Amino acid sequence: MIEQPKNFGFGEDETMLRDSAKKFFSDHCSADKLHRQVAGNPDIHRNIECIWDKGLWQQITELGWTAACVPEAAGGIGMPLVAALALAEEAGRAAFPSPLISTFNTTFVLRECNSAAANDVLAEIAGGKPMSLAITNQQGSWEPTDTDVSIDKGQLNGTAWFVQDARKAEGLVVSARSAAGVGLYYVAADAAGVAIAADGIIDLTRDQAHISFTGVTAVEVAAPGAGDVALAYALPAIQAVIAADMVGAGEWLLQTTVEYANTRVQFDRPLGFFQAVKHPLVNVMLDIDRAKSLAYSAACAIDSDPERQEWANTVKLAHMAKANASDMAVFASSRAVQFHGGIGFTWECYVHLFFKRQMHNQMLFGDARYHRAILADMLIGQAA
Amino acid sequence: MADADRKDTQEQAEFRAYCRDWLTNNKPGQPPVRIPLGALELSDPAALQWLQVWQKSAFDAGLVGCDYPVEAGGGGRNNCQTIANQEMQRAKTPFFPNIIGLGMAAPTVLFHAQEDTKNALLPRLFSGEDIWCQGFSEPGAGSDLANQQTFAEKRGDSWVINGHKVWTSLAHFANWMILLCRTDKADKYNGLSYFVVPIQTAIGKGVTVRPLIKLTGETGFNEVIFEDLVVEDKYRLDAVGAGWKVAMTTLSHERGAGQLVTPSAGGMTQDNTKGANTSSPSALIELAKTSYRNGKTAADDPLLRDEIIKIMIRQEAFRQNQRRALVPALIDHPMRIPLQNKLIGTEFNQDLAEIAYDIQGAASSLYLNDENAPGGGEWQLAYMNSFGVTIAAGANEVQRNILGERVLGMPKSK
Repeated sequence: MIEQPKNFGFGEDETMLRDSAKKFFSDHCSADKLHRQVAGNPDIHRNIECIWDKGLWQQITELGWTAACVPEAAGGIGMPLVAALALAEEAGRAAFPSPLISTFNTTFVLRECNSAAANDVLAEIAGGKPMSLAITNQQGSWEPTDTDVSIDKGQLNGTAWFVQDARKAEGLVVSARSAAGVGLYYVAADAAGVAIAADGIIDLTRDQAHISFTGVTAVEVAAPGAGDVALAYALPAIQAVIAADMVGAGEWLLQTTVEYANTRVQFDRPLGFFQAVKHPLVNVMLDIDRAKSLAYSAACAIDSDPERQEWANTVKLAHMAKANASDMAVFASSRAVQFHGGIGFTWECYVHLFFKRQMHNQMLFGDARYHRAILADMLIGQAA
Repeated sequence: MADADRKDTQEQAEFRAYCRDWLTNNKPGQPPVRIPLGALELSDPAALQWLQVWQKSAFDAGLVGCDYPVEAGGGGRNNCQTIANQEMQRAKTPFFPNIIGLGMAAPTVLFHAQEDTKNALLPRLFSGEDIWCQGFSEPGAGSDLANQQTFAEKRGDSWVINGHKVWTSLAHFANWMILLCRTDKADKYNGLSYFVVPIQTAIGKGVTVRPLIKLTGETGFNEVIFEDLVVEDKYRLDAVGAGWKVAMTTLSHERGAGQLVTPSAGGMTQDNTKGANTSSPSALIELAKTSYRNGKTAADDPLLRDEIIKIMIRQEAFRQNQRRALVPALIDHPMRIPLQNKLIGTEFNQDLAEIAYDIQGAASSLYLNDENAPGGGEWQLAYMNSFGVTIAAGANEVQRNILGERVLGMPKSK
């Protein structure tokens, strides 16, 4: 059995990085400011916008966040995955509109490609270039082998769907099929033949698009037949990092709702006196703690086992983390709206920003039922 | 719980090797009588006696009280009880019968008893030669524990105790009781004091123990009546009026949030029952693969599969929570995880056994007295018994108040 550090590998460097992220978000990203930034237009039929602060992105790249999980050999800092989780957790707590999670996810995929071309892209990420993955088909399949994009004679054709932070990303890693299997390809977001069609989404802290490729010349980062393998190896890290985002957002929802329950008076008492409010909020806390422990354990399992000797256990922990975090995200959001009462149902209350981010997150890379179905096949065996 | 994959200190590693070696040669064989699910269900004296022999052998080998001071009968080690516990679980030993002594009385006595009392009582507690019970609950003091009416009156150098305790597990076997009672009627919290009381020698002389029958049909807990019982002052723990503070030491350990790790063994399955280990999801999966509901294999039912996985996720999360609780950088409040443990552990067992009901379909109607009951009917028994612990030690509703108030900082619900 692989020896894992008792502290999940979360040492002094990781703590310092996380604390600097806490400070960054408290200095620059209050919920009040976020609301003014992204919630200016409540119109359901509003134009589809992509709102983010490129200046803040510049700052976080200078703080080394995008370089954190890029291997040193590719010009990064080579920190463990738990460091990325801490950053994602803080970003979630601030519902930070940025391509940080997409760029992390792209990093995790490129790290599994083991090619010079992939390392070149990783170096650009370390330098601060935002990236995203274009790997999902129109049917919303999370399986690495499914894609609606094809590659032939070095040119991409087809459409990738549900691409996250698509209009913030400057580069895309695209999964595409040829007769030899699924490969991965890098294209600049502004390359000729790339058409980004923004999706009208609920989450105000993100942008999403479907992207059409028409005869796009692309750089191969993983060969046909190796692309889906690289994706499969990256999925546990992706699931863990999204779970961490949900943990951070869940904690914001919890603490904000507790604060409201402690100050809002009805029947001559603060709401929090009533166990009908108090006990479900405790249940939210229990759920957040489960999700957090599972996410860090999954990340630590990945960090501790580079040879993948206990890969099945790692995969299991990551599925568990994403499943638990997805359910928690829904629960924490729904209780936050409900316990804010009438004000919680309004646009002016900040809760909806986090509610919508959580509902988006819970679906990304598979919701709870999706992951539990996979776990059932792994742990119980296939059903007859 | 597979905690052996975490790095041990050198002392822990050496002790682990010692425990593993000792257990290989000294783990008890199959018991001559049916051993119930846990110590709180003990009603057969023969089962108790067999388990006491096991506890004493483990104590003599140094696997019980590892982190307690040597002069109190302990091993004087650092963070080694957890190692012994892991190894005993790994070896699938029987459980220890003196569960209240080990989990609640021992830390309370260590932190609050007078020196001589401490050193006299703890070795026989660790060895299981003395069985302990807990005199906290009363007819009018359940969740509202501080509403104690049992009264201790100072007469000369001694105390005279009158009152009525209920839901007292193991009192029918116990030599000693930890007793919370009132010494001042004017002050609810500061009017409480705490004693250790030799009850077995006083039966018929001021102490009456009467069995209460549980909803399962088992005995195992009791009511205890005190009528002018005289107790020496050396058995008082901490100051007169400090009983609530002492009780918090007991309760924090009872709820798995104390300073000392409780010596704990277990994991044994028995050949002379049908072998159900009703606290394990893997046993639940085995049950699902061999059970039929509505004529079909339960393990193929997609909704049941989802329920099984949900509870497995909770089990893994509990395990990882314990690990994270020791990493200050990854926790927001030092008591946030420890105070969850009682709640999470007891609801886990309850929900696990409830799924077992659904898995068994029509056969979930069968009980221990039916030879066709899957798993010997133990799952049904476990489900019913699970309510004992979701109610005891501060009902889980009280636990949620504590978490909401102490950890989240919400207003008190009283």
